[in-house]
Amino acid sequence: MAKSATLDPSDWVGRYGDYLFRYAMLRLRDRSAAEDLVQETFLAALSARGSFSGNSSESTWLVGILKHKIMDHFRRQAREAPPGDCDLREHPDPSPFDGSGHWASGPTDWGGNPADLYREKKFLDQFTKCLAGLSQNHANAFTLREIEGADTGEICKVLNVSETNLWVILHRARMQLRRCLETHWFERSAKKGP
Amino acid sequence: MLSCKDVTRLLSESMDHSLPLGKRVGVRFHLLICRFCARYERQLLLIRETVRRLVATEDGPGESSGESLSAEARERIRKTLASP
Repeated sequence: MAKSATLDPSDWVGRYGDYLFRYAMLRLRDRSAAEDLVQETFLAALSARGSFSGNSSESTWLVGILKHKIMDHFRRQAREAPPGDCDLREHPDPSPFDGSGHWASGPTDWGGNPADLYREKKFLDQFTKCLAGLSQNHANAFTLREIEGADTGEICKVLNVSETNLWVILHRARMQLRRCLETHWFERSAKKGP
Repeated sequence: MLSCKDVTRLLSESMDHSLPLGKRVGVRFHLLICRFCARYERQLLLIRETVRRLVATEDGPGESSGESLSAEARERIRKTLASP
């Protein structure tokens, strides 16, 4: 039993509950789904604790289990989505291009030095809102690619789409997200001034 | 000649796989003469970089948005773990 001596399930919720919850929230954007996955993670960890090798820390091991749960969640959502929900759906924003494919109204200057954006507390809220405004499949594809850092081959398997299809989905997701941030963050903060 | 609409699509694709040489050259040439598409590329890259840093901050220990489990969920999970 020396192996599992470093695991201490009695205080898992206290020590890792919020951490795992935050991790799940950032990817699922849904409190009750995130809470469920945290619970499932602890339960799975409890029954698999014999396989804990001690090579990684307790928290890294738990996050690894949560990651699998999150992938399963995305897989399930992709399976249960109404057919044709996303891919064939028209772009919800009006096209920014005119008939000849040139910008009708181009991206605006975001000004200043936005490199430190991630430090601004409210930016995360706005980003999450914009992401939640995308269709489920677009938001999940973006999350897997940019938040989880998965490669496109893996994402295709999880979402059950072809690679060409995934490129289109990611393109639309980025375009819509960029537009949303421009409207609700950059133009708003430009109006407010320093 | 690539239109701005084509270029935005290719810019996104180039963030997911490397484009064939011809397309890559076409996009680079377009960016030299089109300030809107050049700006679009900078903004997509800024979003990618910002998301990466946000994730590193959120997933890391300590400083974060402060999202936490509700008291009810915490209690429920504790109970479930105590008698699985």
